[in-house]
Amino acid sequence: MSENETPEDRPLVIDGTTYESRLLVGTGKYRSWEEAKDAIETSGAQMVTMAVRRTNLGQNPDEPSLLEIVPPEKYTLLPNTAGCFTAKDAVRTCKLARELLDGHNLVKLEVLGDEKTLYPDVTETLSAAETLINDGFRVMVYTNDDPLIARRLEEMGCIAVMPLGAPIGSGLGIQNRYNIRTIVENASVPVLVDAGVGTASDASVAMELGCDGVLMNTAIAEAKDPVRMARAMRKAIEAGRDAYIAGRMPRKAYASASSPLDGTFF
Amino acid sequence: MQILLNGENTEVSDALSVQGLIEQLELTGRRIAVEVNEDIVPRSEHAEHQLAAGDRIEIVHAIGGG
Repeated sequence: MSENETPEDRPLVIDGTTYESRLLVGTGKYRSWEEAKDAIETSGAQMVTMAVRRTNLGQNPDEPSLLEIVPPEKYTLLPNTAGCFTAKDAVRTCKLARELLDGHNLVKLEVLGDEKTLYPDVTETLSAAETLINDGFRVMVYTNDDPLIARRLEEMGCIAVMPLGAPIGSGLGIQNRYNIRTIVENASVPVLVDAGVGTASDASVAMELGCDGVLMNTAIAEAKDPVRMARAMRKAIEAGRDAYIAGRMPRKAYASASSPLDGTFF
Repeated sequence: MQILLNGENTEVSDALSVQGLIEQLELTGRRIAVEVNEDIVPRSEHAEHQLAAGDRIEIVHAIGGG
């Protein structure tokens, strides 16, 4: 799309559901359940991610379950495959999540390749995506910011492509705007920046590039005041979206006076 | 008999079903999912699925994550 066209304001539809909020949030790293609940509510998010882990046998039997904090009746739950370094483990995790959530088949696929960067392992991701799609899963896929891989994942049948802005939990912001822009231009499924957002302006940048939404966890959970940051993120996502749809003014090399020069009296 | 339960060698009684194991662990009614030897055992089959010595069992739940 050229800078002269105004983009169409299409609603965010994922797996047949229309979402008012374009902010998706994680549920990890909060200091307390209470804080998590307040921040998630304030963010306005309607879709939240969760992880699947071994039950602590014989420990803290009275601790609230995550599903009491984010009840499936109120939120669309998006189980992730965080921590998986092979396609096989990711597929096992998705199957356990589906059983856990009574047949819910929407998942966030991530297969990581390296502990230091948590960078996605693209070949394992492609392999897992194929297996999961064939097994009836609806796959939202975390990937790198490579436009060709993003297109390939869409062609395979992934229902949303989620490129990183920067490494998970790094808070470095959108490092490669041109790639994100190209991914958006090529895609006919929702594109969501997943990972790398550090503060509100980063979320706005993602939306101004034309992304359909942003998924974040650490930027809210590790803020000094997560509830206030959740509010900031909600506004940043809305502002960035409006700016994208409004169509920004062209960039110019030199000044252009805002007040008319005609009628001056000096 | 010995089973491998969430990565730990665990001694349980013979002739134990998945449901029986869940009851012994006081997890009845909890939102969990069970895998035996890397295959899901659906909730509807917990009562009839009998465990065997050496089974590798994973019991998982939902936790916070990004």
